[in-house]
Amino acid sequence: MSDNPTNAAVAEEDTARVEKEAARRAEPGGLGQLLRSGAGHNLGLVLALALLAVIGIATGGERFASVDNVMTILRLSAVIGVVSIGMTFVITGGGIDLSVGALVALSSIWCTTVATQTMANDIHWIIIVTTALLVGAGAGLINGLLIAYGGVVPFIATLAMMASARGLAEIISARKTQIVSVPGFTDAFSREILGISVLIWIFAIVAVIGWVLLNRTTFGRRTLAIGGNPEASRLAGINVRRHTVLLYVLVGVCCGIAAVMLISRTTTGSATHGQLYELDAIAAVVIGGTLLSGGRGNIIGTVFGVLIFMTLTNVFVLNNLSISAQAFTKGLIIIAAVLLQKRFSRQPGS
Amino acid sequence: MTQTPEPSPDGPAARADGGDALLQMTGIVKRFPGVLALGGVDLDVRAGEVHCLLGQNGAGKSTLIKVLSASYQPDEGEIRWEGEPVRLTTPVAAMKRGISTIYQELDLVPGLTVTENVFLGHELATAGFSRRAEATQRVRAILARLGHSEVDPNRLVGDLSPAGQQIVSMARALSHDTRLLILDEPSAVLDQEEVDNLFRVVRGLTAEGVAIIYISHRLEEIRQIGDRITVLKDGRTVATGLSVAETPTSELITLMTGREIEYVFPERPATRPSQDAAPVLEASGLSGDRFHDVDLRVHAGEIVGLAGLVGSGRSEILETIYGARRSTTGTVTINGRRLRGGSVRAAVAAGVGLAPEERKSQGLLLDQAVYRNVTISSLGRFSKASFLDSGAERRAAEELTRSLDVRPAGVDRPVRNLSGGNQQKVVLARWLLRDCKVLLLDEPTRGVDVGARSEIYNLVRRLADEGVAVVVVSSEVEEVLGLSDRVLVISEGAVVHEGPATEIDESKVLDLVMEGEVA
Ligand SMILES: Nc1ncnc2c1ncn2[C@@H]1O[C@H](COP(=O)(O)OP(=O)(O)OP(=O)(O)O)[C@@H](O)[C@H]1O
Ligand SMILES: [Mg+2]
Repeated sequence: MSDNPTNAAVAEEDTARVEKEAARRAEPGGLGQLLRSGAGHNLGLVLALALLAVIGIATGGERFASVDNVMTILRLSAVIGVVSIGMTFVITGGGIDLSVGALVALSSIWCTTVATQTMANDIHWIIIVTTALLVGAGAGLINGLLIAYGGVVPFIATLAMMASARGLAEIISARKTQIVSVPGFTDAFSREILGISVLIWIFAIVAVIGWVLLNRTTFGRRTLAIGGNPEASRLAGINVRRHTVLLYVLVGVCCGIAAVMLISRTTTGSATHGQLYELDAIAAVVIGGTLLSGGRGNIIGTVFGVLIFMTLTNVFVLNNLSISAQAFTKGLIIIAAVLLQKRFSRQPGS
Repeated sequence: MTQTPEPSPDGPAARADGGDALLQMTGIVKRFPGVLALGGVDLDVRAGEVHCLLGQNGAGKSTLIKVLSASYQPDEGEIRWEGEPVRLTTPVAAMKRGISTIYQELDLVPGLTVTENVFLGHELATAGFSRRAEATQRVRAILARLGHSEVDPNRLVGDLSPAGQQIVSMARALSHDTRLLILDEPSAVLDQEEVDNLFRVVRGLTAEGVAIIYISHRLEEIRQIGDRITVLKDGRTVATGLSVAETPTSELITLMTGREIEYVFPERPATRPSQDAAPVLEASGLSGDRFHDVDLRVHAGEIVGLAGLVGSGRSEILETIYGARRSTTGTVTINGRRLRGGSVRAAVAAGVGLAPEERKSQGLLLDQAVYRNVTISSLGRFSKASFLDSGAERRAAEELTRSLDVRPAGVDRPVRNLSGGNQQKVVLARWLLRDCKVLLLDEPTRGVDVGARSEIYNLVRRLADEGVAVVVVSSEVEEVLGLSDRVLVISEGAVVHEGPATEIDESKVLDLVMEGEVA
């Protein structure tokens, strides 16, 4: 069997192919080195966004390049953006949260129920906000406890939460959309500050806090450590379980914030809010350069990831292209981004 | 597809004239981004010899053999195999020539069995169906040849001890038709008996004409097994083809380090901590999975060594004190206060630190910068209201890594890119930086070069002099005896001897260990 004559030829061909591969890998390109770094990755994302903008201007002209349109893109980005910042932390810490969309729905419906059942138009908007944050945090706490102390893998625990939270939201709302008409609330969140919507401000603030938290605090450092090597982190004296719980509470709180923003944008609470947010957020985080296996996180990348997807949607809408075409292109972008990352972050050898 | 190893037609002839080089590497250059790992290395290896490769941590030894085994492609240079220039493009191509490598970081799949690991990549199969019985048979035969018939071919590799895994790696190398066997610090995870066993196998192989490249930081091993030596320094060959018999150790050290190092242990302080004083660390009647009824008392300023074979339960004792494992019976107290069992947090809060044995899985954050690895256990010290002062972190890490001679200098590169010995120094630095009352060191000098070793000994002694209670586990009896004040000999999970380090010698320790084994 071993002296099959074609074997040698195949081996030869194989060798040649692998040789090329090896040569390609070994080349110490300056560009590759740059793109491997976090800053370089962000630069790549800026270029991608710029490219999209050029396409937008070319096809949509004034309609794309207007201040109004840019504000629209940002306003639409804000809600999913806040969720994605939370998701960045969980993924950096080596986990995943599939329940974010359901949590947004549950928080939103919980708030509007509180608002309508008290039958008081004079309910203070702070109560609505607090309710949303508490619901998000509570659900996140359950996720975290199940994962850190119950030993349930994140994928399963949050998958279960995704089903249950959405179901609970439907029960509470009896599948009806609830309209909010609390004057103080509407005033507070549909205002503009310096000509920029409050929603965009919230996104910006959450992003800045997220960046500082991840890059400048012990919390962030521990998140990176746990995502990179949980066993080593435990032996280094980090309370890995408690930290894991905190990460899921954090993303839960982000979902609460997103719910408030969504209520204000749509003036409704609904069990159908936040559909597929989990996928959009994960996609934004991953193309943003955060390692899906944990240990490396990039908040700025996530922000750009969100903006890229939203701009894409905008360009498609302006050109009257279908949602299906949008979804298809989104998929291509995710694959392209991940392949590029692999290409440049490959370790020689091992 | 079947892959019966085919003896190459010119094999026996080439082996017969032993004087000619089997392998010649000339002018090998390998660059990593920002680092010149190899700057023109020459090496020639003859059939049937044990060629030792020496050099400090980060000198380029592992990189050179990775070039040879084709995990890396060299940027420049020529490799000749039996006089013919060759290009080794893939690990498989190198393997086909008969080059087998046992890497410094073992590369086994923990979830597969011993047999599956041995034949990984060249499975015995007919039309895609694996011939399990035959594979198991062959693995049994190879294990027997290695003197380890007790290893069960059907066990999961993840369940084996590090030494056991080393044996599986050897078996994998021998499952090929090997002409050149490369061993990168094989003895680091082995104890004396295992090393002797390894040497027996190596001698058997060289008698068959197999060439060996042997890397180790233990110079006395080179004396025992080596024929010729090549010394690397900063990615260059500084001496090649030295005869082991004719080169004194001091000259080797000077060649490696470029300076003269007295390979001695730091002096013990004149006044011993009184044994009557209250101990800082006290474990009494401690039992766990692999050890029982261990009593251990360590005073402030004292270094206590645990000697014994690999697998005798020493690491488990340390990990239990540290709370990383649960004890079945017994208590641990720090300064008289009882520690909650099974809680690393409690131990750390009480001032206990553990530098673990398995640096890659238990110690390092591979993708994080050096300084972050050093400070991760002392973040409190570098933060105000949770905000980190990374400048201060870098300065502290820089100071420590400089004194441990971590190369290349610079605390911002990811630990993954450091050589094995330098990674070990980084883990150690983490625990030297933390203000511990009790420091547990598991194999602190594994894979560390001679120069840095004496540096580590000095640092540990200095910490003890500052009042830290230190426990050291090491498979090198000489190290335990030289560094510690008091020694506990552990055998089969029990303390078989306890006494001052100065009142016992190496052979006595080995006797005690063996007796325990028999008893
Ligand atoms: N993948 C990599 N990327 C960047 N630098 C690397 C990489 N691998 C090794 N190096 C660098 O190359 C040099 C040589 O490393 P190598 O692992 O060959 O040392 P070594 O002689 O085997 O040391 P040790 O005795 O500690 O195992 C070191 O400076 C190391 O930091
Ligand atoms: Mg090495």
